[in-house]
Formats: sequence, structure tokens, C-alpha cells
Amino acid sequence: MTLGMFIKALIYILLAPLIGGTLAGLDRIISARMQGRQGPPLFQPFYDVFKLLNKQTTVVNSIQVLFVTGYLIMTIFTGALFFAGGDMLLVFFALSMSEVVMVMAAFSTNGPYSIMGAQRELLQMMCYEPMTLLVAIGFYYANGSFMVDDLIQAKIPAIAQIPGFFIGFVFILIIKLRKSPFDLSTSHHMHQEMVKGLTTDLSGNNLAFVEIAEWYDLVLMMGIVGMFFITANPISRLWAILACAVVFFLETLIDNLFPRVKYITMLKVTWSVILIFAGTNLLILNVLK
Amino acid sequence: MKISKSPWVLHYDGSSCNGCDIEVLATMTPLYDVERFGIINTGNPKHADVLLLTGGVNAQTAPVIRQLYNMMPDPKVVVACGICACDGGIFKECYNILGGADKVVPVDVYVPGCAVRPEALIEGVVKAVGILEEKKKKLKESMKAGYCTVDYSKMAIHMTADDYDPSTQYDAVLTEEALRQQAEEKIKATNKPAPKPVAPAAPAANVAPKPAQVVAATADSEKGDKA
Amino acid sequence: MAIPILNVVNFLILFPFIMAIIIGCLKKASVLRSAVIIIGGFTIMISAIYVAVSVLRSGDTSQFVFLQHTELPDKFVIAGEIFLMGLVCFLSIKYKKYYAIIFSLVGTIPVLWMDLTGRAVEGNMHLRIDTFAAVMYLIVGIVGILICIYASGYMKDYHHHHTDVQDRSNYFLALMFVFLGAMFGLISSDNLGWIYFFWEITSVCSFLMIGYTRTQEAVDNSFRALWMNLLGGCGFAAGLLYCSLNPELGFSNLSQVTQTGASELVIVPVTLFAFAALTKSAQFPFSRWLLGAMVAPTPSSALLHSATMVKIGVYMLIRVSPVMYGTLTGVMITVIGGFTFFAASLLAITVSDGKKVLAYSTISNLGLITACAGTGTTEGVWAAIMLVLFHAVSKSLLFQTVGDIENCMGSRDIEDMHGLIIKLPRLAFIMIIGICGMFMAPFGMLVSKWAALKSFVDSGSVWLVLFLVFGSGSTLFYWAKWLGKICAVIHQSFELDDITPRSEMISIFPLTTMIVVMCFAFPWMSGHMVQPILDEAFHTNIPDVIGTGDSIVMMIMVAMIFMIPIGSRFLSIGKNSKMTMSYVAGVNAGDDRHYIDSFGKERALYMSNWYMIDYFGEKKLLRPCIYVSTVLVAVMLIIVVGGAF
Repeated sequence: MTLGMFIKALIYILLAPLIGGTLAGLDRIISARMQGRQGPPLFQPFYDVFKLLNKQTTVVNSIQVLFVTGYLIMTIFTGALFFAGGDMLLVFFALSMSEVVMVMAAFSTNGPYSIMGAQRELLQMMCYEPMTLLVAIGFYYANGSFMVDDLIQAKIPAIAQIPGFFIGFVFILIIKLRKSPFDLSTSHHMHQEMVKGLTTDLSGNNLAFVEIAEWYDLVLMMGIVGMFFITANPISRLWAILACAVVFFLETLIDNLFPRVKYITMLKVTWSVILIFAGTNLLILNVLK
Repeated sequence: MKISKSPWVLHYDGSSCNGCDIEVLATMTPLYDVERFGIINTGNPKHADVLLLTGGVNAQTAPVIRQLYNMMPDPKVVVACGICACDGGIFKECYNILGGADKVVPVDVYVPGCAVRPEALIEGVVKAVGILEEKKKKLKESMKAGYCTVDYSKMAIHMTADDYDPSTQYDAVLTEEALRQQAEEKIKATNKPAPKPVAPAAPAANVAPKPAQVVAATADSEKGDKA
Repeated sequence: MAIPILNVVNFLILFPFIMAIIIGCLKKASVLRSAVIIIGGFTIMISAIYVAVSVLRSGDTSQFVFLQHTELPDKFVIAGEIFLMGLVCFLSIKYKKYYAIIFSLVGTIPVLWMDLTGRAVEGNMHLRIDTFAAVMYLIVGIVGILICIYASGYMKDYHHHHTDVQDRSNYFLALMFVFLGAMFGLISSDNLGWIYFFWEITSVCSFLMIGYTRTQEAVDNSFRALWMNLLGGCGFAAGLLYCSLNPELGFSNLSQVTQTGASELVIVPVTLFAFAALTKSAQFPFSRWLLGAMVAPTPSSALLHSATMVKIGVYMLIRVSPVMYGTLTGVMITVIGGFTFFAASLLAITVSDGKKVLAYSTISNLGLITACAGTGTTEGVWAAIMLVLFHAVSKSLLFQTVGDIENCMGSRDIEDMHGLIIKLPRLAFIMIIGICGMFMAPFGMLVSKWAALKSFVDSGSVWLVLFLVFGSGSTLFYWAKWLGKICAVIHQSFELDDITPRSEMISIFPLTTMIVVMCFAFPWMSGHMVQPILDEAFHTNIPDVIGTGDSIVMMIMVAMIFMIPIGSRFLSIGKNSKMTMSYVAGVNAGDDRHYIDSFGKERALYMSNWYMIDYFGEKKLLRPCIYVSTVLVAVMLIIVVGGAF
């Protein structure tokens, strides 16, 4: 049991950057095709990170390195906890902890773009934090456990009971994956917001760590999307992968369709969506129970 | 894997007529699509490998170009785009133009043209990337020699148009030792130990929170030791 | 070895009053006074720990004590109540705030009448020393005493800075000890009449402490605190009266309330006690007294906010919690608590005064505890007790640190704490630990919140779940931006003189250590301190609320926090990082704090935090919150209490 968990976590730690990096490359190609361009090679994100690792690292202060490393380690830990079958709520708490550490890295630089990015990132966290917690609660309502290990043994897919949560989660994924219209704190390179927001004053190694951490994060998020479809039946895993692909494509599409919004619009829209879809779903579940 | 597979570009307009800038942007359009080569327009010197300069350099932009160049992590290359960036172009004789980009930073690749053709520009960046590869090798050697341990944060390089001296034009990038001394003197001169705050009697209970934007005050009205 | 626990408890209740008299006589801030406070304080702390440890170690978890001869204490209580009433009346007349007299009379006279006519709620027990009391002894004994020790050094500095305030620090310190004595009395008592007496002492004490500076603002705020708490006292007295008038209820002790089980009759006094608890715990609509309490010197804020005053309210709620399960009162209490949690956390975003943020966060967290207690489930009570423990330690540490920072920098505004990590590194690190203790993952507060969430889901309180998830979003926002301000590294800034006296450090270091140790001791605390309380309260055996697997994961997380510095060291080996300036569009003047404008002039550059006053400002949000919650409280009282007649 414990060994099994350990192996699962290890597989995640080894494979997630490969999958995440490839997905990020795919994202760039799809985006380019949507814009009528050819786009970069599939493995471009790997080339980028390799280059960053080989460059000199400039820092504004020494604490920065500490925080960025902390961010990477904690993000990996969060994902490992999820894929090893840990407690969903704990996963999300660990996730917000890692994000806070990243925000501190930006705060510590005292640069205007970084700090602006940090403030916006905090606001983004405030926007999606309710939904991440609600997702865990939704699974608990649907299948009676917070443990990922138990949840994947469900008889019917969770989506049947908590479709509202799924919509809410896909919605906040726009923020989490830093897609337009909600990429306020930092954006992907082609979009440029406030120079590079949160990561403005990072370079070389540190920037590479952030990129890698985002790959881990991407895989974790896709894993959670898959959780909505997985049951004890092995074939359900195919459905889960298919769902991940659809959601991923949808996020890229949204990214290319919408212009960036103001922060207060983001707050209002996300909280309303969460309240309307997830909140109503929760009420109905509670009544039916 | 080669470092040259992902050259990230920082584009700065020295004082061009914007013709070249439009061409630089044109390279990112579907027709030329430089992202095919992994080239990204970053807008942040700390992420960039290639500094694309357009237009001649004037007294006001010179310190900015130097600062951007200094902030870029090694290895880095500079590409002068268009004839103005190469040597001043038709603005060369203007009173405020210092000349081409090479007056303030060492330029690796010159791409002439008025305005520069996107094809030429891409060719220039590809050439620059080759130089980048070489510089990377050199960097490894120089890192062993302790080159990277210079503490730039102590270098309060403040150059305005008034104190710009063409004879020291390469100082910012070449003789770090001299600049550091200069900076340290400046720090010593300006920084007195912070005055010990006299505790005011009124507690800050009812202080209205500050506006949630960048507060830009003049240097005189700066709040004590705060900023 | 075997000192009877009862004697020690008596000592704990009486000795602080003696201490108060001694300190009251020592007018000048002298070494002698500090020594008296430290020696006396540690004596109290050791006795409290002794009682707590012996209770926790003995298998006999609840010890009820029936005192044979209570005539003397009873007379003393009556005299005390009359004295308090007289004091309130006198001060009300002096400051022309006559409404306070009404509340005082309405609360005290029925109780006096009951006492004097022999109708007093006289039970078969007087004292109860059980596990919950032991845990409270630990909180009051350790945190409360540390605050008193802190105060002995702080008041000297305070009067050094605030020369306009008359130095009555002996009076202030004496009040703090009176407060502690009342606290010990309250948590040891089982007799409702006695509890009421100690309850009133704390109300009046807090009133006197808030009004310490005697400025107009202080007087206004202190009277606001007084009338709100006396109103709660009236509720308590009404509960007593109800018990006395309905002898068939058959209880007069707090412990009997939970034994009788929920019924139509029991719920009325429980609702009234819960109402009293809401005022003490500063829940909406009664929060404003706690915000006003900031005008007093910092030690009193620390004492009121963390270990004592506000904890009495939730102490009562947790005591009566099992009765509230599934009743309208329970539902209303949870809704008020959840609403307070959410609204106060939004309000906390909009203020920049450090103490005010702490005050809102106290209100917010107490809202959560109230909500947990209101559910009346085992997990809810478990989470509530854990929150009480962690909140007491973290909050008192934060208040003390903010007080020290104010003494060092002359400001307690969060904006002025920009770059604190450079200016006052020692205090900044302590503050970071305190703030992390309030909201970061492996630390206690967040884990307790987690348990709270589980309990809400189990009890099916959907609205509460929504309040909690949205509230934790905004909680994260206001803590993290404060943390960010502290962490900003400004170059060429100077370390300020850290003038924190040693006596304050005697208090701050143990508290910091406790936060860290409590992270590790979490499972142990759950098993040995909280489980027995649950067993007593619910009279059943309860399975572990947090499984061992999760505890292990949390241990790993705690370990990871300490691993990060080592990890970053390994990952950066062979990489000499070049120091550079921060990016300011190429016009950084060289020190990260100025930029060069288009005229070549240096201009200051400063990034303020976000406060979003236009959206969640106090002007916009505070009144509606109070109205909404007033309606909630009124509905609760009218339906439950009015429905009984």
C-alpha cells in the first residue's frame, strides 16, 4: 500500500514534466494554428527550459532563489500527494501554500511590475480558492471520501452528480492555466501583461524552475479534470483522457477568443459562476441526500 | 539540444522613425512567423537573449539601452536593425543623435536597410544566435574565473542626459570596476544613516489607506525611509 | 508531590487578585515591579500547568467538586456584583453615558433578587475541573501570563512615547491580573451564578482597560464595549432567571445543561447563553466593540483578542454545543458565525492599520469557531477547540510583535512595514511565523479550518460551506499581502534600532516556539487534549477526526518548510547568481526605489498594497453587515425565546 503510493508519486515526479512540457508545446501549436501560423516545434518548451538552465541567473536578492525553489518543491509535492492517492483537501491546501511562496518571491524583489503581478496573483487566488475547495467537497458529496484512492473506485462517474462543480472548475482553470481573459498576474509570452508580471524579475534557473513547476501544475489540473470521469471500470480512464483533451482544447480556444478583463470583472464573474453553478449543485445535492 | 533553439528577443526603439519597429512586429505575423524558430518577443531584458535595437541612439535613450543591456543575463547578443541603428542613418547629423547602437553597447550583428526587411531581420537574428552559442562556451570559462560575482546592485548607475559623456561611452558595459567605485562613492555621499524615527504621539489608527496604484511622488516628498 | 488540585485551583483564582493589589501599590515602573510580575506570573503559570497536566494525566477526566461551605464565597459574590454595578453607575454618571446604567441594572438586579430571596440557581456542584477546563487553564495560564510579562516592559516604552497620557501603568497591570483571576474563576466554575459573576468582572475589566488613556475616543469606545457586553450579561441573567423560574428544568449547573439533552425548555436558556456568548465573542452585530478596543495599549488588545475575553464567549458556546445540535438555535448560531467569518475577512482586506487587520481577523476567526460550535457535531467541536488553541497563541504573538514594531518605528501601518525584513529582521521573522501560523498549510489554524470544513459538510450546512470557502479566499488575500509587504527586500535600506526590551522577548520567544512546536504536536494534542473533551461533551467514544495518513502528510509538509533552504542551496550550487536591479522599464535609478522620468529627474517609486476600498470598504460593507446580523439575532431570540412562552 505505502509502496504503491510511493511508486505512483515517483511516476508522477518523473513523467509529469514530460507530459506537461509536451502539453505546453501542443498548446502553443494549437494557438498558432488558430491564428493562421505554423507555430513552434512541439518540444519548444523543453528547448526553452534547457536554454534557461544554461543561462546565467540574475537575481535581485538572495531570498528570491529560496522562494522560487520552495515553489517548485511544494508544487511537486502537491502533485505527488494527489497522484499517490492522498486527501483532496490537503492537496488544495498544499497548492495554495506553494502559490503563496511564489507570490512572496515576486514581493521580495520590490520591482513595480513584480509587485503588481504579485498583488494580482493574490487576487486571482482569492478568485479560484473557493472553487478548488468546493471541488474537494463536491467529490466528498458524490462519493463519500476525500481520499483520491477511494474516489477512483467510484461506481458511477462523479460528473453525473456534480456537473455544476465541473463547469466551475473548468472556469477557474482559465485562471489557473494563465489563459486570457484572466491572465492578469502573468501571461504566456505571446500575450505580455505588465512585462511578465509575477516573473518579471526572475531569470535563468529561477525562471526555468517556475516553468517546470507550471508543467507539474498543468498535469495536476488535468488529473483533477480526469477525476470527474474516472470510475472503477478501466475503460473510464479513456473517457477521462478524452475529457482532459477536450478541456485542454477548450482552454486554448478561450485563450484565443477573449481579451483580458479588469481585475474586478474577474472577481465578480468568477465568484458568480462559482456561486451559481457549484453553489446550486451543492444545494441540490444536499436536498437530495 | 542547443541553446540556439530558443532565442528570446527584446526589442528596444532607440529613436527610430518607427519604420523598422513595424517590420520587427511584421516578423511575428503569420506571413513570417518567427515563432517557428522558437523566437519570442519578450519585452523583458531579464528573459531575453537577443537585444534588437532600432533607430539611432540619442542622449536620453543611451542610459536606458545600457541598463537594459546590463540587466540581460549572459550570454547575450545585440542586433542593430536598420541603418539608423547601424550608424545613425539619415539622422546621423542631428544635434541629439549620438550615432548607431554601437556607441553605447557592443553590437554583434548589423542588419542594414531602411526600413529593414523582415527576411533580413530574421537572417540577422539567426546569425546572432550562432554568436550566442559561441558566447555560451566563453561564459562557461569566464564563470570559472569568477566573472559573474560582480554585485550589480551596488552599482547605482544613474546617467541622465546632462551627465552623459561620450568619452566614457563603454564604461557601463566594459569597465565595471570603475563604475563600481563611482557608484560606491555616490552611495556614500547620498546615504546618511536613516534618522531614528521620533515616535509620533498619534497612532495611525485612522490613517486612510493609500490608493491602490503606483504612487509616484517627487524625490523631495518621499516619505522618510519608506520607499 | 500530591498537592490537592482543588487547593491549586483556589490559589489560581485568588492569587491573581492578590497580585493585582500588590502591583496596584507599586506605582513607579521599577525593576521591583517587573520582578514581582515575572515571579508572580511564572508562579501562576506553573500552577496552571500543574493543574492542567495532572488533570490530563489522570484517567478521571472530569472532577466535580461540591463545596460544603459556600456561604462566604456566595456573600462575596453578591458583594462583588453590587460593587461592579456601583462602579458602572458611578462611571456612567461621571462620563454622562447614562444608558450603561440601564444595562447594568437590568442585568444585575434580577440576579441579586434571586440571590437574596433564596431562589438562586443553586446546584449540587460548584467547581468543575475537567479536560476542557485544563486546556483553558493552559491557554490562560501560558498565553495570558506571557502577555502580562510583555506588558510590564511595554508600558514603560508606551509612556516613554505617549507623554500626553497620564502614567497609571500600575492600575493597568493590576487590571490585567484581575482579568486573569476572573478567567480562572470562570473556567473552573460550574455554578451558573458564579459564572455570571466572573462574566461581569471581565466585562467591566475590559471596559476599564479600553478607557485607559481617557481620551474622548477611548472613553467612547470603552462605553461601547461596556454596553455591548452588559447587554450580553443581561441575556445571561435572563437565562438564569428562566432557570430559576422553571424549577422543573432541574439544572443550575453548566454541566447539567448538556446532560439533560435537547428539549423545548432547555433550549431557551441555552439560546440566551449563546446570545451572551455572541456579544463576548464580538460576532456581528456586536463586533464594533472589539474594533474600538484597539485604542488601548497593545497588551490589552493582545489579552482581549487572544487568550481571554473573546475566548469566554466561544468557551460557553462549546460547553453548550451538544444541546444545540439540530436545533434552530444551532442553525442560527452557525449562520451568524459563518457570516461573520466571511464579512470580517472581506473587511480586513480594506484596512491598512496593522492592529485593525488583526482585530478583523480575530472577529473572523471567532466567527469560524462560533460556527463550528453551533453545528454541535463532534468534528465541529473538535475543530472549534483546535482553533481556540492555535488562535490564542498566534494572535497574541502577532499583537505583541505589532506593538514592538510600533515602538521601534513609530507606526503600525502595514504600508510602513514595507521591507521590515531589512529594517527589523528579528521582529520580521517572528511576525512571518505568526502570520504563517494564521493561514499557511501545515500550521495549526489551517488544519483546524480543514476539520471545520469536514464537519460542515457532514452536518449538511451548505450555506456554511459556502461562507467558509469564500471566506478562506479573502482570508488568504489579506494575510498574504501583509506577508508580502514584510518580505519585500529594499536595497540600501538601514536596519533600525531594535529597542524591544528583554522582558518583551521573554514573552515573544516562547510564543514563537509554541507555534512551531504545536505544528508537530498536532496529532498528540488531538489525541490527548481534544479527544477527552469530546468524550466528556458527547458521552460517546469518537473516532479520530484526522486520520494518521493525513497526519503523516502534514508532518512531511512541516519538514518540507525547513527543507526548502537546504534544497535551494543544493539547486544553486555551481550557479553564481549575478545581482542586478529590478526591472523598471530601463529607467531604474539604480536603487530600485527611484526611476528617472522623461525630464531626467529622479522620482520616488513605491508600490502600495491593494485595499479595494471601493468594493469592500468599511463605509460600504460594515453597516449592511450589522443590519443583516441584527436581523438574524433578533429572529433567533424571537422564535426560540418568544416561542417558549
